[in-house]
Amino acid sequence: MSEKKKTVPFTGTKEQEDALLKVITELKDEQGALMPILQRAQDIYGYLPIEVQKRISDETGIPLEKIYGVVTFYSQFSLNPKGKYRISVCLGTACYVKGSGDIYNALMEKLGIVGGECTPDGKFSLDACRCVGACGLAPVMMVNDEVYGRLTVDDIDDILAKYE
Amino acid sequence: MKSLEELRAIKEKASKHACRYRVHVCGGTGCTSSGSPRIIERLEAEIKANGLENDVEIVKTGCFGLCALGPIMIIHPEGSFYSMVKEDDIPEIVSEHLKNGRPVKRLLYEETTKTDNILPLEETDFYKKQHRVALRNCGEISPEHIEEYIEKGGYEALGKVLTSMTPEEVIQVVLDSGLRGRGGAGFPTGLKWRFAAANNADQKYVCCNADEGDPGAFMDRSVLEGDPHVVLEAMTIAGYAIGASQGYIYVRAEYPIAVQRLEIAIKQSREMGLLGDDIFGTGFKFDIELRLGAGAFVCGEETALMTSIEGNRGEPRPRPPFPALKGLFNKPTILNNVETYANIPQIIVNGPEWFAGMGTEKSKGTKVFALGGKIHNTGLVEIPMGTTLREIVDEIGGGVPNGKKFKAAQTGGPSGGCIPAEHLDVPIDYDNLIEIGSMMGSGGLIVMDEDTCMVDIAKFFLEFTVDESCGKCTPCRIGTRRMLEILDKITKGQATMADLDKLEELCEHLHANSLCALGQTAPNPVISTLRYFRDEYIAHIVDKKCPAGVCKDLLQYKIDPDKCKGCTLCARTCPADAIIGSVKEAHMINPEKCLKCGACMEKCRFGAIYKE
Repeated sequence: MSEKKKTVPFTGTKEQEDALLKVITELKDEQGALMPILQRAQDIYGYLPIEVQKRISDETGIPLEKIYGVVTFYSQFSLNPKGKYRISVCLGTACYVKGSGDIYNALMEKLGIVGGECTPDGKFSLDACRCVGACGLAPVMMVNDEVYGRLTVDDIDDILAKYE
Repeated sequence: MKSLEELRAIKEKASKHACRYRVHVCGGTGCTSSGSPRIIERLEAEIKANGLENDVEIVKTGCFGLCALGPIMIIHPEGSFYSMVKEDDIPEIVSEHLKNGRPVKRLLYEETTKTDNILPLEETDFYKKQHRVALRNCGEISPEHIEEYIEKGGYEALGKVLTSMTPEEVIQVVLDSGLRGRGGAGFPTGLKWRFAAANNADQKYVCCNADEGDPGAFMDRSVLEGDPHVVLEAMTIAGYAIGASQGYIYVRAEYPIAVQRLEIAIKQSREMGLLGDDIFGTGFKFDIELRLGAGAFVCGEETALMTSIEGNRGEPRPRPPFPALKGLFNKPTILNNVETYANIPQIIVNGPEWFAGMGTEKSKGTKVFALGGKIHNTGLVEIPMGTTLREIVDEIGGGVPNGKKFKAAQTGGPSGGCIPAEHLDVPIDYDNLIEIGSMMGSGGLIVMDEDTCMVDIAKFFLEFTVDESCGKCTPCRIGTRRMLEILDKITKGQATMADLDKLEELCEHLHANSLCALGQTAPNPVISTLRYFRDEYIAHIVDKKCPAGVCKDLLQYKIDPDKCKGCTLCARTCPADAIIGSVKEAHMINPEKCLKCGACMEKCRFGAIYKE
């Protein structure tokens, strides 16, 4: 099991709250609105801390335990903030066969964190993902929305340096 | 859209291209990742600088299929195929090819320039055996312009269905075509529609499964990115056939380009009246909404997908009742996958006999495969059912690179199995693949060479299913974990033959007792590798050796004293100071310190370091 992580204090702004309330008002009468609301809320806050989940529960009447259940079920919802640069390494089959496991290990070593964590300065977070569908370029990693393909372990330093 | 005449007028108008050249640049995920957006920007700038704005039209298309050679650019009308295009090549291509009409031979895909006449794309080895039905428009049209889809005959099937066929006739055509679900299980599509049509309800739903979760499969993404309207048209036809007025597309959030193109396509269809009330002036009403997944593999299972659209944890539900009776929001529902839908309009237009004329006795039509792994031409191929694996791997895929030997092809993702070289000549269809211990699945086809360890691959897939098991039923939740533990022991050389028996017993339990297909098929990678590569398992267990040299705990790096020149490069590279030796003398590796990272082997210039 992963080590205990420090809780980052919640620092939501008034603008974020207004944006959230607007989303909820717009969507809450639709059938099955919870997932779209959570996805938009994560776009607004970057993650889904318990404070945001409580607010969604208050506004929609959906019990908090159900919301928490949904948030923890799907891998794209995060209870913790992500780094400024979100690195995800594809561990889909095509990338794995071409050595993406080595890339992932090397990144953990270089960043000093394990998958799912964020560096203490809040700069990089690292995750493994399942197939971004760029199998022709395997092995592949993404930094935010930028895709880097045909990687070798030697490329990692140069890529990280771009974001230093 | 009030009539077929109106559609034809749009088609007529769209087919008049004023430009001399049409430059198709791939804007799919693969080529976008390898830099096609910058190529397009540069092209626009160069075309402007050369004053060619009225002669050249740039079309950002979907995927051509040959992702390995991206970014890809095709210049029509002649179809010249530029591969791995670099930004700096653009000025030359524009001034030579587009201005002076002289293709830049050295930048064209090598295979097309072997003779004096430049071969068009369709005649290369990669394309000539293919038969594109589902991928027909991918790479041919701009997915962001509905007129281009209409130009290629789009929405004619919908017009025909609404103005001249009864719902029963539509279902009969789909049944007669023999089309089976392309998502994996291969259930006859027409039958699914007939069941849902037979159930009366105030509301029914048409769903599209675009939650393409099998790692290594990306055909659905390519259809959505390259030809999104075909899915909308087919879903509307399905809505008419079963009596539904609402559709949902459940698409992975990991596919941002596909989501964006679908949003554009839905908006355009609504504006043109191809979605909404009174489509083709017939009073038929249908609309489609997008729902985004959030990263859960199990949501590709039909009942889990519906539970997820309802806004819940995406856990599967027991069947029966089947979705045709009680599906989304407890109403009769059909769910088909993207590739399945992509076949429907052409079946309607060309007739069921045309479709049934392709393929094998029980598997009709074509199938798209995503070629990946240790193969030259990684990318998407669409072949008639009944093509052999050898044709796909050797002829279309260009074989295994670096002179390595083919070991196995994995199909069906985490639910499938590994097909060894001895079965390369089996004609591919649903039933044959099951017989040889794999399955069609969604069409991922990963090639593995002699450097791949089959126990490690089985372990890789079990790690995947352990991660993705939703936890609802015990056999899957606990069983996959126990299987993974045993596989882990095997790769570390700590297992006994009794563990192997236990592993096989667990396979049977999971298969028989899991709630949904995820758990029922989770043992397949283990069963199939045990069936064809049992000796590799035994080598790990009894001899404590990994024949492919992958499992680190069973490996030792050694230096061949005859080849070592004593250059000291390896000793300086080693992060653990595990290499000892003096200058110009043979070095040695201390196995107790060695981390087995392989850095020394990569650096050695004399090939003196080996692993065993």
